[in-house]
Amino acid sequence: MIPSAFEYERATSVDDALAKLAATGATGKFIAGGHSLVPLMKFRLNEPTTLIDIARIPGLAGVRDVDGAIEVGAGTVHHDVATSSLLRQQCPVVAETAGTIGDPQVRNRGTLGGSLAHADPAADYPAVMLAVDAEIHLRSSRGPRVVPASDFFQDLFTVDLAPDEIITAVRFAPVRAAAYAKLYQRASRFAIVGVAAALDVADGVIRSARVGLTGAVSHAVRLTAVEEALAGRQPTSEVVAEAAQLAGSDLEDVAGDIHASETYRRAMVPVFAKRALDGALARLPQR
Amino acid sequence: MANVSITVNGKLRTADVEPRLLLVHFLREQLNLTGTHVGCDTSQCGACTVLVDGRSAKSCTIFAVQADGSEVTTIEGLAAGDGQLHPLQDGFWEEHGLQCGYCTPGMIMSAVDLLNNNPSPSEREIREGLDGNFCRCTGYQHIVNAVQHAANKG
Amino acid sequence: MVGQRIKRREDPRLIQGRATYVDDIKIVGMEHVAFARSDIAHGRIRSIDTSAAEAMAGVTAVLTGAQVAEFVGPVPIITPFPSPDHRAVVVDTVRYVGEAVAVVVATDRYIVKDAADAIVVDYDVLPAVVDTEQAMTGQPAQLHADFENNLAIALVPSGTGVSPDGQTVDDTAIDKAFADADVVVSQRMVNHRLAPSAIEPRGTVAHYEPGHDKMTIWSSTQVPHLLRGFIARMNDMGEDQVRAIAPEVGGGFGAKIQAYPEDYVVAGLSKKLGIALKWIEDRSEAFLATTHGRGVIGYIDIAATKAGKVLGMKLRLIADIGAYNTLFTAAIPTFTTLMANATYDIPAIRTTITEVFTNKTPTDAYRGAGRPEATYFVERGLDMLARKLDMDPADVRRRNFIQPDQFPYTTQMGAVYDSGDYTAALDRALQNSGWDKLKVERDQAQAEGRLVGLGLAMYVEVCGLGPSAVLPTGGWEHSQVTIERDGRINATTGASPHGQGNETTFAQMLADQFGVPLDHITIHHGDTAVAKQGIGTFGSRSQAVGGAALHLAGGKVKKKMAKFAASLIEAHEDDLVFENGRISVKGAPDSGKSFAEVASYAYVPVVGGAVQLPDGLEPGLSEEAFFEPSNNTYPFGCHIALLEIDRETGEPTLLRFVAVDDAGNLINPLIVEGQIHGGLAQGIGQAMIEEVRYSEDGQPLTGSFMDYAIPRAADLPRFELDSTVTPTPVNPLGAKGVGEAGTLGSTPCIVSAAVDALSQFGVTHIDMMLRPEKLWQIINGGQS
Repeated sequence: MIPSAFEYERATSVDDALAKLAATGATGKFIAGGHSLVPLMKFRLNEPTTLIDIARIPGLAGVRDVDGAIEVGAGTVHHDVATSSLLRQQCPVVAETAGTIGDPQVRNRGTLGGSLAHADPAADYPAVMLAVDAEIHLRSSRGPRVVPASDFFQDLFTVDLAPDEIITAVRFAPVRAAAYAKLYQRASRFAIVGVAAALDVADGVIRSARVGLTGAVSHAVRLTAVEEALAGRQPTSEVVAEAAQLAGSDLEDVAGDIHASETYRRAMVPVFAKRALDGALARLPQR
Repeated sequence: MANVSITVNGKLRTADVEPRLLLVHFLREQLNLTGTHVGCDTSQCGACTVLVDGRSAKSCTIFAVQADGSEVTTIEGLAAGDGQLHPLQDGFWEEHGLQCGYCTPGMIMSAVDLLNNNPSPSEREIREGLDGNFCRCTGYQHIVNAVQHAANKG
Repeated sequence: MVGQRIKRREDPRLIQGRATYVDDIKIVGMEHVAFARSDIAHGRIRSIDTSAAEAMAGVTAVLTGAQVAEFVGPVPIITPFPSPDHRAVVVDTVRYVGEAVAVVVATDRYIVKDAADAIVVDYDVLPAVVDTEQAMTGQPAQLHADFENNLAIALVPSGTGVSPDGQTVDDTAIDKAFADADVVVSQRMVNHRLAPSAIEPRGTVAHYEPGHDKMTIWSSTQVPHLLRGFIARMNDMGEDQVRAIAPEVGGGFGAKIQAYPEDYVVAGLSKKLGIALKWIEDRSEAFLATTHGRGVIGYIDIAATKAGKVLGMKLRLIADIGAYNTLFTAAIPTFTTLMANATYDIPAIRTTITEVFTNKTPTDAYRGAGRPEATYFVERGLDMLARKLDMDPADVRRRNFIQPDQFPYTTQMGAVYDSGDYTAALDRALQNSGWDKLKVERDQAQAEGRLVGLGLAMYVEVCGLGPSAVLPTGGWEHSQVTIERDGRINATTGASPHGQGNETTFAQMLADQFGVPLDHITIHHGDTAVAKQGIGTFGSRSQAVGGAALHLAGGKVKKKMAKFAASLIEAHEDDLVFENGRISVKGAPDSGKSFAEVASYAYVPVVGGAVQLPDGLEPGLSEEAFFEPSNNTYPFGCHIALLEIDRETGEPTLLRFVAVDDAGNLINPLIVEGQIHGGLAQGIGQAMIEEVRYSEDGQPLTGSFMDYAIPRAADLPRFELDSTVTPTPVNPLGAKGVGEAGTLGSTPCIVSAAVDALSQFGVTHIDMMLRPEKLWQIINGGQS
C-alpha cells in the first residue's frame, strides 16, 4: 500500500505552519505523528497535495502546569501523556486514557492534537476531554480561539476546527477522582464503547459529575442524564450504579457494525459508565 | 524530491527521496537494511518496528522525510558490533522465541523499548508491552520467556 | 543429541536481520508487478480502461485478462474432482472481491501501484451469493455454468457400508445404530472461515534468462518442488529448466502450499518480457487473494446408549469453497470425514461431503486442514452427549476409547491408526489440570454468580502425509546425505521448512547417527537445484516423512563409509562404531580413524600409490533416499480449558489451558513445544477472536488487521504442556508429527468450556467465534 505523491514541508513555528498551509489553498494537511493520516493515505482515502510537518515546532509538545491548570501541547505523543508524572499525580484519568490507545509504537508517535483533529468516533481521547471539561486551544491567522470540549466534537470525523486552524494545546483543571473504562475492539484496539467519568466531591457530596462517552455514536458526547442524577448525591457505589443505568438511554443513532450491534453497544454504555464511575470513586481521598 | 539526513545505526545517511517514501522502504530499498520487514498496511503487526530517536516506532507509518535529522536503530544495528549479541537477541535464541523469524526483528526492537521503559517487567507487563507486535508462529510464550531472559541478564 | 532441547541453528541470521526473504531479493534490471483487483463480488467486465496506467512514466506493460490468457493457461488443481475454468487474471466474469482483473509491470514499486490504481473497470454487476446453504439453491447467483446449484461436489458418502469407490451404499448398520439408541444428539455446527495470516505476505520473484532458456523462481512457498513442476508446465518448459527457491519463508500455515495465479503471471510475464520481475503481496491483498481456511458446516447426529456408549454417528459436511477450486481445495473436507472416528471405537459411521461455490475467496488448507473440523464436530457432539446424560465429559470419552490392544486399528472411515494410548493422555491431562478440584472450584464460582466453565477435548490427527496412494503429488520425501572430503556432513531435505527448525532437528539426528558434533553438519533445503527432489512441508510431515528420508539416506552413506573404514582399519565393518568423531572397533576407541581420515580416503582411495576400493565400491560418500511411508501417523492428545465470561459484557477470558500431546518420539522437545504453542494460539484465535466475514453482497468486512483480530501476547494465557510418548511403527524414528496438533483440541474444549459456563441459561451449543455480544445475548435470555 503506497500513498499518492505529495509535496512535503517542515514548519518551524505555528505561524510558519499556518502560512505554509494557507499557501496550499485547501489541499494541504498538517502531519504530526501521522498515525491517523498515514494509513488513510496508504489506502488513498486521503490524498493531500502537501504535508506540512508540525512535529518539531518548538513548544507544541509537553505537559505543563499553567497557574494550577494542566496544559498538554497538541504535539505531545500519547506515551508522554501516559507517563507524565504531573498527570499521574493530579489528573490520572488523562494519562490512563492515553495508555489505552493503540499499542506502544503507536503511542510513541501519535499525538493528542492529531487524535482530536481526526475525531475518529471510536477514539479514546474525546471522552476524557469531555470528562475533564478541557478547553481546546486553536490558532489561525485570525488569532487564537478557545473552544470548550463540549462544543468541539460535532459529528463523524467533524470538529469545530476551521480548515485554516491548528490545535495548539488543551487545557483543563486537574481532577483526581476520574477514570476511563473501555470495551476494546479486539482487532483495532479502538473503543467499542469508552466512558470517562470525573467527579467533583466536596464534604461527602458529589457537587458535579462529568461523563464523556466515545465509540457509541458519531462523535463523543456528554452523558448528561447520568451527570444530573449524580449531582448532589453521596459518592457511593450504589449511587453511581443507579445513575449509570441512565447512561445512553437518550442516545439516538447508536452505531452498529460487525464488532458490536446497536443493541449491544447501547447495553454496554451503562456498563462502562458504571465502571468508569467506580474507578473515579476509587480515586477519591480515603476518608 | 526532498533531501534527508538520517543517522541509521550510528552512520549518517543522506539521500534525495520522494516525500512519499516510507521510512521502511528507505531502510530496505535504499540502504539495503532488509532486516526490517513489512507485514501489514494498517500499523498493526509491528514487523516494521525500529527505534526512532530511541523509541519504538512502526516504520511503515512514517515517511522518511519525517525522520530527517533523527537517529534510527534497526535490528542490524542492535548488537554492539563486537560480535556480542544484544541480550534480547540472546534471549530470543536461548528461549526459542522465534520460528519463521519474520516478526522477530520488529518484536526484538519493541522489546528493547519495553525494557528501556521497564527493566524488570512482570509477565503481564511483557505481554501488554508487546501489544503492537503480531507473531503467528510461537503463541508468544517463548517470546515472553525471551524477554524475561534478557531482563534477568540486564 | 536426539531428544535434547537444543537451541536452533537457524536463529543467528533471523535475530540479526540477516536472513533473506523473498522481498529481500534484488536482481539487476528487475521490475515490479502489481495487480488491479475486483472491488465487486460478482459481475461481468464490460470494459477496462488501461490508458491512464499505460501513459505513466516508468510503466512497462499493462495487460488485461484476455492478454494474459494468451500465455498463461487455466489455473490447474491437483485433486481428481471436476473444476471450473479458473483464469489467473479474469477474462470476463469476476466471482469474488480481490480477483485480479489486470496486471501492471513498472520500473518502480511505487509507480506500479500508481498505475494499478489508475486502471478503471466497468462492470455489469451480478447478484452475489455468500451464504453457503443459500448458494445450494442456485439463487440468487450461479457462479459456474456447468455446476448446477453451485455444487462442486454433492453428497459423496463414505464410512460404514460404503464401498471404497463410493458407488454402493448399505445403510443397515448405521440405521440399526440409530434404531437401537437410547439417546440421540443432533446439532448443526459451523466451523467458520479464517484468514491464515502468515506475518510475511506472499511474494514471488521470477527471472527468466532468455539466453539460457531457464527460469528461476523465488517464492514464499511451503512446496518449492511442486511449484517448480507447475511453473514448468504452465510455461511449456521442462522441470530441468526451472529452478524454484523457497528463500526464508515467513510462515505458511497451509496457505503457501499452493501455486497461485500471481506465481503463474509473474513467471509468464518474466518469460514474455525477458526480465526479472518481483511481486510482493500487500496485507490488504492477502485478506482477499490468499486462500482462506475452514468454512465448513457440519450436521452431526450421535446415537448412544444411556450409559454413554456411542453406537453410531452421522456427519454431513457442507463446505464453502469460495469461487474456485484451488490446488487442494476439494480434498480438504475428505480429511474431516477420514477422521470422523476420532479416538473412539464407534461401530457405525456415515459421512457425506457437499462442496459449494460462493462469491468469496477460495478456501484451501489452513493449519490442520480438515482435521480440526473433524475434532470440533465430534468432540462438541460428545460434549453434548455427556451433558444430555449428565455424565462427566471425561467419562463419556473413556467409555468409548479405542483401547491400546486394538492397534493397529482400522476405522469405519478406512484409516489404520498406527498406535495410541488415549486413556493415558486423558488421565495425564486430568491430573495436570486438577480436574476434580477444578470442577469444585467451577461450581463454587458459579454459586457466587461468576460464569466459569470447564471444557475438555480429545483429538487424534492424521499426520505424516503421504503415502503416495493418497497424495496426487506423491507422498514420499527425499534426502541426500553427503560426507564431504573434510569429514563434514552436507545434507539436503525436500521438506522445505518455514519455521519448523529442520536445520536443527535434522542435524541432531545426523549428529547421533554419525557421532560427530552438530556444528560439522549443514542442512540445505528449499532450492530445487540443491535439494533435488521433494514434496514439501505440510500435513505435519517434516519429521515423520522428511526426517525418515534423511535417516535412510544417512544409513546408506554410513554403511558405505563403514566399508571404507573397515578397509582402512582392517576390521570387519559390522564391528565398527561411529563415536566422538571417530570410527573404530567397538570397545577399542583407539583402534580407529578419525571421521575426516575415512572421508578423505573415500574420495582419494589410494593406499601405497595404488587405488584400493573395498568391495568394488565407487569412490565418494553421497547417498540419497526416498522414504515412502507405509501409512500415516496418528498423534493424539487431550486438551482442557478453563474459561470465565464477564456477566456484564459477555467477554470471555481464557484462564488456563492444559495440554497433553503425544507425538511419539520427540527429536527436540523445545521445538516441539514451540509448535504446540503456535497451534494452540491459532486454535484459540479461531475459537475466540478470529472470523472472516462478508456482507450479503460479498464485500469483505474483515479486510485488514483493523477488523480481523489475530491473537496478541496479552490475549493468551501461559500454556501448561505435558506429553505422553507412544512411538509409531510407521517410520524408523517413531516420530509422529506435531505441527498442527494445537489447532485440533483447542477449539472444541474452549467452546465446551463456554457452554459449561453458560449452561445455566439453557444453552447446549454455541458456534464459534465466541463473540462477546453472542455470549451476552445468551446471558440475557436471547438465542445463540
